Amino acid sequence: MGKKEIRKEKIPVPERSARERIKDFKEVKLGYTPELAIEEAKRCIQCPTAPCVEGCPVRVPIPQFIELIAEGKFVDAARKIKEENVLPSICGRVCPQEDQCEKVCVVGKLGQPVNIGALEAFAGDYEAKVGVEKPKKAESTGKKVAVIGSGPGGITCAADLAKLGHSVTIFEALHEPGGVLIYGIPEFRLPNEIVYGELDVLKELGVEVKLNYVIGKTKVLEELRNEFDAVFIASGAGLPYMLNIEGLNLNGVYAANEFLTRVNLMGAYRFPDYDTPVFTGKRVAVIGGGNTAMDVARTAKRLNGVEEVYIIYRRSEKEMPARVEEIHHAQEEGVVFQTLTNPVKFLGENGWLKGIECVRMELSEPDESGRRRPIPIEGSNFVIDIDAAVLAIGQGPNPIVMEGVDGLDIGKWGQIVVDSETCKTSLEGVFAGGDVIHGGSTVIQAMGDARKAAAAIHEYLFEN
Amino acid sequence: MYRILKKRELAENVDEFVVEASEIAKKAEPGQFVIVRISKKGERIPLTIAEKDCDAGTITLMVQRVGKTTFHLSCLEEGHVITDVVGPLGKPTHLEKWGHVVCIGGGLGLAPVHHIAQGVKDAENRITTIMGFRREDLVFWEEKMKLISDRLIVTTNDGSYGMKGLVTDALQELIDSGEEINMVITAGPVPMMKAVAELTKKYRIPTVASLNPVMVDGTGMCGACRVTVNGEVKFACVDGPEFDAHKVEFDELINRLNMFKTLEGEALKEFQKKHCGCGKE
Ligand SMILES: Cc1cc2nc3c(=O)[nH]c(=O)nc-3n(C[C@H](O)[C@H](O)[C@H](O)COP(=O)(O)OP(=O)(O)OC[C@H]3O[C@@H](n4cnc5c(N)ncnc54)[C@H](O)[C@@H]3O)c2cc1C
Ligand SMILES: Cc1cc2nc3c(=O)[nH]c(=O)nc-3n(C[C@H](O)[C@H](O)[C@H](O)COP(=O)(O)OP(=O)(O)OC[C@H]3O[C@@H](n4cnc5c(N)ncnc54)[C@H](O)[C@@H]3O)c2cc1C
Ligand code: SF4
Ligand code: SF4
Ligand code: FES
Repeated sequence: MGKKEIRKEKIPVPERSARERIKDFKEVKLGYTPELAIEEAKRCIQCPTAPCVEGCPVRVPIPQFIELIAEGKFVDAARKIKEENVLPSICGRVCPQEDQCEKVCVVGKLGQPVNIGALEAFAGDYEAKVGVEKPKKAESTGKKVAVIGSGPGGITCAADLAKLGHSVTIFEALHEPGGVLIYGIPEFRLPNEIVYGELDVLKELGVEVKLNYVIGKTKVLEELRNEFDAVFIASGAGLPYMLNIEGLNLNGVYAANEFLTRVNLMGAYRFPDYDTPVFTGKRVAVIGGGNTAMDVARTAKRLNGVEEVYIIYRRSEKEMPARVEEIHHAQEEGVVFQTLTNPVKFLGENGWLKGIECVRMELSEPDESGRRRPIPIEGSNFVIDIDAAVLAIGQGPNPIVMEGVDGLDIGKWGQIVVDSETCKTSLEGVFAGGDVIHGGSTVIQAMGDARKAAAAIHEYLFEN
Repeated sequence: MYRILKKRELAENVDEFVVEASEIAKKAEPGQFVIVRISKKGERIPLTIAEKDCDAGTITLMVQRVGKTTFHLSCLEEGHVITDVVGPLGKPTHLEKWGHVVCIGGGLGLAPVHHIAQGVKDAENRITTIMGFRREDLVFWEEKMKLISDRLIVTTNDGSYGMKGLVTDALQELIDSGEEINMVITAGPVPMMKAVAELTKKYRIPTVASLNPVMVDGTGMCGACRVTVNGEVKFACVDGPEFDAHKVEFDELINRLNMFKTLEGEALKEFQKKHCGCGKE
């Protein structure tokens, strides 16, 4: 095969202009058209070694699905992806591709890598539009499995086990299923419709979803162990870390979970048509530099009455853990970045937040691990006037699911300890995956765990 | 299905609902609460499990109308279904055989006080209950509380029924009478709980208060319900709602309850514009 010229840049994914999109919560990216998708797919040189596949935590057959797109066989492409990843429309949108599949793409060495994420989302969306193939179900095994949590981990494990013929019940604490995909990640990045579509698949597989059901409270884990043949815990990392500085409990200071739950899950952006309010005032500061911080900042930007939104982060932009694309989107939308800045205290007046005192930071020389620590610059304190502040400094596993449980190995930051091959916990018949074993992680990681666990649970059920 | 099996108006702006919720009833302990949402666009609000009946599979809620959701709830009738009910949430009341326990409730605080007093009685304590109201026509659940209590004192601010004065006046009298009090448990409006705590602190009577901050999920996920107790930040929905009243920063709680006041006022006004026909003003 003779060498062919390949385009160095990605075919850009059409998106709405910043000015237009900050007026609503509709999706920012419009997605590839079939023509654009084919054009982008042709940039893949079909490497025989396919390093991209190694970069993907669930080993999506990337060159194969991309070739199918290049041939215009979009539905086949989606089904190819689904051999390994049952949520292409979701992962295509939210995976940190620049650190995973696209990071090692060979084309990326010459220019920009192939836009694997956008192609994956395109294929998933296309299939959803023409009608998803009814999932095949094995004959009933008579075995019952309980899944705790309906985030990506719970959804994936439930689907895999149901396909294998087991009877699966999901227990979800909130009044809506979907986990972070619904209450955390905003609609302008991941429309709820897409998540609902995946949940429909569960329904077709006969999975029962019990909402308003808190394990640890409505029922304890021990009861599930008695009633079911196996249990998978995918309760996520819902416990917000608080910044213990003066003024934390002033009115106007939120944890990211509260802010996002109010707006995304409870519909506060449609208040008073929806009952749940969210108070922001005119100036909002978001503390943190991860995906959650970007989501909060961009959400705040879209709320009525908000004029200025700041991101306050103690290292520089380069160290921000958020996806590059999200940082870029936030900047386009007018979020002001105050990097190398650390909050020292919240300032209040009559119980209401009025400002935040910050100190400038500088980065140390790299230490042995190569990490540059932020150090405060003495005497550089200054005040930013704000009406609301949202803490997005991370979260840990919520202990409620472990309430009243004996003999479950818990790690030092509250995570459930599992065997990394099988996701088995220290309790017989109990498996766990996703954020509850990693602390904060990614959607695809939760899915990867869930698939491993499903396979191990299947095996376990037949040993017993 | 969380069906309303019984409903009655207890007093002006206070309704009682008996709701089908068998799995919650099975688990509910004194001091615990549920979170309800009454429509697809609704807010999640916490309400105490005032009573439960495991055999009937029901829980009893006592609701004081203060804003949009509680007014809307009062429009629901027997046979209607509450969209979402989740629980039982929060830590159950810590119960032991203390001796003489004084349970103090005002207004919506009677919901927790009723269920807690039952637990206190089951733990073989002697109970004096003090219930405070503004006026005679607002008094409710007197009979119910009488059944549990060894002694019942009702106070009204204007003296139109029972003793004239505040619950703290009744408590002061009790203390002055020299009777030994081993424990005080209180629930109700925050200023009332604060006053009770200030009084019992003077006499070093151990006191527990059931706090009612704004909540969203009720499972420790959002941090909306944070309160300061003994200088530490606690999440009332999972660490509480009951805390050592002498260590609670009540002023902070009072302030935090105002966080959404302006917006809530707007919501109620909107709601009443649309729903003036539903019977309640
Ligand atoms: C704002 C935000 C943005 C993010 N952005 C990205 C991104 O762009 N890309 C990416 O890959 N990852 C992102 N993440 C991380 C990603 O969402 C998580 O890693 C992933 O959702 C974890 O999945 P999970 O199934 O383990 O848990 P979750 O999605 O957290 O779901 C857990 C579910 O369990 C329920 N639950 C908890 N306790 C109980 C209980 N006791 N009983 C019953 N149910 C219970 C919860 O209500 C929840 O619905 C983001 C996270 C946040 C918060
Ligand atoms: C653990 C707990 C148990 C409770 N038990 C009872 C009970 O048994 N009976 C009863 O009548 N009330 C109870 N409350 C208070 C009740 O939740 C509020 O009155 C209700 O949320 C008001 O909602 P609304 O929309 O009608 O009024 P709104 O107009 O929204 O609010 C009026 C005032 O109620 C408070 N409030 C608002 N939203 C919440 C919220 N989500 N959580 C808590 N408080 C809020 C605020 O002070 C607010 O200013 C309890 C609260 C807590 C935290
Ligand atoms: S699942 Fe995520 S990491 Fe894997 S190929 Fe798709 S976008 Fe890349
Ligand atoms: S590494 Fe890049 S070019 Fe190579 S197969 Fe994978 S996507 Fe295609
Ligand atoms: S109500 Fe959300 S943490 Fe308590």
